[in-house]
Amino acid sequence: MDFSYSKTEQLFLQMIRSFAENEVKPLAAEVDEKEMFPEETVKKMAKLGLMGIPVPKQYGGAGGTVQMYIMAVEELSRVCATTGVVLSAHTSLCMSPILEHGTEEQKMKYLPKLASGEWLGAFGLTEPNAGTDAAMQQTTAVDAGDKWILNGTKIFITNAANANVFVVMAMTDKSLGVKGISAFIVERGFKGFSIGKKELKMGIRGSATCELIFENCEVPKENMLGKPGEGFKIAMKTLDGGRIGIASQALGIAQGAMDETVKYTKERKQFGKPIAKFQNTQFQMADLKTRVEAARLLVRSAAWKKDMGLPYSADAAMAKLFAAETAMEVTTKAVQFHGGYGYTREYPVERMMRDAKITEIYEGTSEVQRMVIAGQLFK
Amino acid sequence: MNIIVCIKQVPDTTEIKIDPVKGTLIRDGVPSIMNPDDKGGLELALRMKEQNGATVTVVSMGPPQADVMLREALAMGADRAILLSDRRFAGADTLATSYALAGCIKTLDYDLIIAGRQAIDGDTAQVAPEMAQHLDLPQVSYVIDAQKTANGFIVKKENEDSVQTLEVEGKCVLTVLASAFKARYMTVEGIIDAYANREVEVWSADRIDVDEEKLGLKGSPTKVFKSFPKSLKEPGEVHEVSEEEAVELIVAKLKEKHII
Repeated sequence: MDFSYSKTEQLFLQMIRSFAENEVKPLAAEVDEKEMFPEETVKKMAKLGLMGIPVPKQYGGAGGTVQMYIMAVEELSRVCATTGVVLSAHTSLCMSPILEHGTEEQKMKYLPKLASGEWLGAFGLTEPNAGTDAAMQQTTAVDAGDKWILNGTKIFITNAANANVFVVMAMTDKSLGVKGISAFIVERGFKGFSIGKKELKMGIRGSATCELIFENCEVPKENMLGKPGEGFKIAMKTLDGGRIGIASQALGIAQGAMDETVKYTKERKQFGKPIAKFQNTQFQMADLKTRVEAARLLVRSAAWKKDMGLPYSADAAMAKLFAAETAMEVTTKAVQFHGGYGYTREYPVERMMRDAKITEIYEGTSEVQRMVIAGQLFK
Repeated sequence: MNIIVCIKQVPDTTEIKIDPVKGTLIRDGVPSIMNPDDKGGLELALRMKEQNGATVTVVSMGPPQADVMLREALAMGADRAILLSDRRFAGADTLATSYALAGCIKTLDYDLIIAGRQAIDGDTAQVAPEMAQHLDLPQVSYVIDAQKTANGFIVKKENEDSVQTLEVEGKCVLTVLASAFKARYMTVEGIIDAYANREVEVWSADRIDVDEEKLGLKGSPTKVFKSFPKSLKEPGEVHEVSEEEAVELIVAKLKEKHII
């Protein structure tokens, strides 16, 4: 069993860490404060091939591994969780399903532009009445001969305001229930498709989360992803992969909060010595460090299984559950270690605490992860 | 155009500590990096490649561990990487190092040689100028810009208080400042390629055009007598005075030290 990074991964880590530190970190506070989508950063990432890491070269990607992709999400999220989720949603939720379920024509049409970063991707499953109970889709797609007509509303869609391509679920045959849901590739600009209101959020404030509105939206026949009725299966499989991305985001946030807290507690003096010298600090930080490393192993193991083509659904759920709860615990304690300063925007830990919360919610709440894990356990 | 860039792997001195007793560098656990000025040199070469078309060859002398830095250079966009690695090179000072590098470069086809101004571990700034001497080439040091012309290069050289623009005919050696050339990042594809499809050529002393007696420790006249960390300066004085008094005080102090 080999836990070390490969030579390629080590070199990649050197690059992404330096990129995150020099290009992403300096903007993180502003991205949060102004709810600013990091457009320039995404352009820089595109230039380096970061927007298409695990996409094969023949589709314009870098031909890398899932492991490298999640390392990128972690390192970006370590300094800016918004930038991390932009990459995660784009890669896991839009490119992945097209790569895994698309026809050769669909792959050739969409992946090169997505992988090069010319286009940004998003994914539309959640509706006002279909959150955790995702099967209750009310968006419909009706066969109109040479096209599909979509009607309905999606909510809480990451990257929506800036995305060009959306993988969207809609009910094609209500009588079949879950098996009546199908997946579609929808382009910005399709007639009848518009982006609705932008959510004002607690964290990841630079990520533009919006509604998708379909009013007799015309989708070409060839843009169905997979076969009719396969939509729910595609969505669940997509989320399995996405969870590794979000687990990495959570891991990055936790690691970032650890970095800040180690630095701060070594500098901050009370009662005549740095607070890092107090055993309370040391023991609590030791526990947090242990959790972060355990989360990292779960995340890496899930990504390794996906790279190897092994089943990874429960692994991804465990990684996300544990990493998200770790991120919440670490960031909350990081604020506590920073005391009054930690509660101000002068230090990044309050932002990290706000950013961490969403990782327990999106792409399946922690409760959903427990359902997935228990489902495997008791099957 | 064929450009050769000399690069060196150095300990990241921003993270290094000095053993207070022995006066030597504590290298344990300190990451190795591409020397910043050399990275600036590689960036200049890659920009020239983009503008005029060129083949960029990176050359380094060092232990086998320097392989990773040469892969980094390939991932940034270099076309070929050569590592001079041989026990016979060990213990080289700047003279023996520049001699070995020159001996390697003699065997290559080139139009321009670029190197960093100096390495952050030795800070001598001697290797590239000595190399120019071995190769009998003109050199321009402290370069902040260089453009290809029909038969040479227009080069900007930074002095302490001015910038000189020089024209060089034919082949030459340039030493470059990192601050003038913000180095690009490696690309993801470049990184994958660097290990999957590229080669770092490892050359021994037999492969290059040198007199073996002038290599390594044997060819090194420099002997390190002693190294020690610089002692700290005494803390300055603080005077809480008005602006007028401050001016008088400063003038008096400068006169006291015969500066004015």
